[in-house]
Amino acid sequence: MAKLHYIDIIFDSLFITLMGILPIILVFAFFQWAVIRKKLPHWKKLLAGMGMVVLGLAVFIVGLEECIFPLGTSMAQQLSDPAFLMGDSPSPDSLFDGRRIGAEFYVEVILFGFLIGFATTLAEPALIAVALKAREISTGAISALGLRMAVALGVGVGVALGVFRIIEGTPIQYYIITGYIFLLVQTYFATKFIVPLAYDSGGVTTSTVTAPLLVALGLGLASNVPDSSLLLDGFGLIAFASLFPMMSVLAYAMIQKRFFSRVPDSRAKPNP
Amino acid sequence: MVKTLRSLLSKISQTFLNVLPIILVITFFQIVVIQKPFPHLQETLFGFVLVIIGLFIFIQGLEQALFPLGERLAVEFALKGNVFWIVLFGFTLGFATTIAEPALTVIAQKAGEIAAEAGAIDAARDSIAGYVWGLRLTTALAVGLAGAIGVIRIIKGWPLVIFILGGYSLIILATLFAPKEIIGIAYDAGGITTSCITVPLITALGIGLASSIRGRNPMIDGFGLIALASLTPIFFVMLYGIFIFGPS
Repeated sequence: MAKLHYIDIIFDSLFITLMGILPIILVFAFFQWAVIRKKLPHWKKLLAGMGMVVLGLAVFIVGLEECIFPLGTSMAQQLSDPAFLMGDSPSPDSLFDGRRIGAEFYVEVILFGFLIGFATTLAEPALIAVALKAREISTGAISALGLRMAVALGVGVGVALGVFRIIEGTPIQYYIITGYIFLLVQTYFATKFIVPLAYDSGGVTTSTVTAPLLVALGLGLASNVPDSSLLLDGFGLIAFASLFPMMSVLAYAMIQKRFFSRVPDSRAKPNP
Repeated sequence: MVKTLRSLLSKISQTFLNVLPIILVITFFQIVVIQKPFPHLQETLFGFVLVIIGLFIFIQGLEQALFPLGERLAVEFALKGNVFWIVLFGFTLGFATTIAEPALTVIAQKAGEIAAEAGAIDAARDSIAGYVWGLRLTTALAVGLAGAIGVIRIIKGWPLVIFILGGYSLIILATLFAPKEIIGIAYDAGGITTSCITVPLITALGIGLASSIRGRNPMIDGFGLIALASLTPIFFVMLYGIFIFGPS
């Protein structure tokens, strides 16, 4: 019976994914018909591929939402629960004393934030796509796995810092503005071939897998940490997870250039 | 037959490696830190099987459909040489995909409920729905604008850094004036707009365009559309916040 239940859910998810892809197909079809006015070559193969994209995504999302997100969210909740953090001392009144619980009590949550940010980014389908393209057009100078690792490390560090911020309750813009300024300095010194890819990596990181878990983590933390507000602290982890990969990819390119001297610019030549 | 089977197996095991870190992290925290058995072990395992199969099928479709589709259209547009149509295409694609993006709908809805609870907007159903719709429309228009500007940038070969620098300066400026209720959601709106169907399409489009225009480098000019699309929503959602709540 349990299996039948999943088939139902997969059909629902298929429908939702189809609805999501529909505007894209309409836009492409309209421009193909109105502007390009040519028959699409290999349309059967493309259609089959689109079918695979929709089916794959639907199955992927069912697996995430039915089985992994509930576990991840309950984990985030448990880890930020004051009772869990304080161990054996059960009286919450004596704990708070009108003071905030310091970040030192939240080491596990911060570690969780780092690791879950890192791990989910490696499974992010959009990032896999961009990494494949980057390897293809740099003719292998940029390794797909290296790029994904750099991005994942950036997301991990960003989420850990974002969790720390929620616990401390500092306004988000202090971190973000400092981060951007640092990023601009880095950009100034970076090889110009890597810059657009690095900036794209920032936007790519937080889609299907990472974003829902980060929102759950942020809202769970903000509702558990004393004195923090859902509205002000609950959101914002995604911003951290988009900012830090840009820095880590630029750093990755710098390190690669210095130690392995496999510079992307020598390979990717402009079109004649 | 044996050869196909072997390559299939190696592809599936590669997909498994993509998901393995999540399995390790979750197992580690459940056993070492929380120290309780898994609440629904069977379901979780089944979920991982679904995730691996789904990701595998998706990646096959990616190479067979999304990449070629985005690239072919870019090449056709470049052959046509009509700037107006391709800029309109950039706008429409950005707008249409964002307004239909499920993740954005969910986040906007949550933001609306939380804003109503906190008393930032009226708790009436209509006023929440209006606020949510406003957030989605603002974000979609912003991504559409990014698509149009991004395409023009590729055609002209302008460096991305100028746009990023200008964009962030505007964002910092807007942050100073934006009401604090909107800042978190505005920054998040920037990251959420890029789904796993739009990213491959847009990336292929940018690279296809840069590869087929003389003098453009796919590495320097082809990437950057996604960066722009993550930047504009932050600024425009903050403007929307200033418009709704008044400046801080």
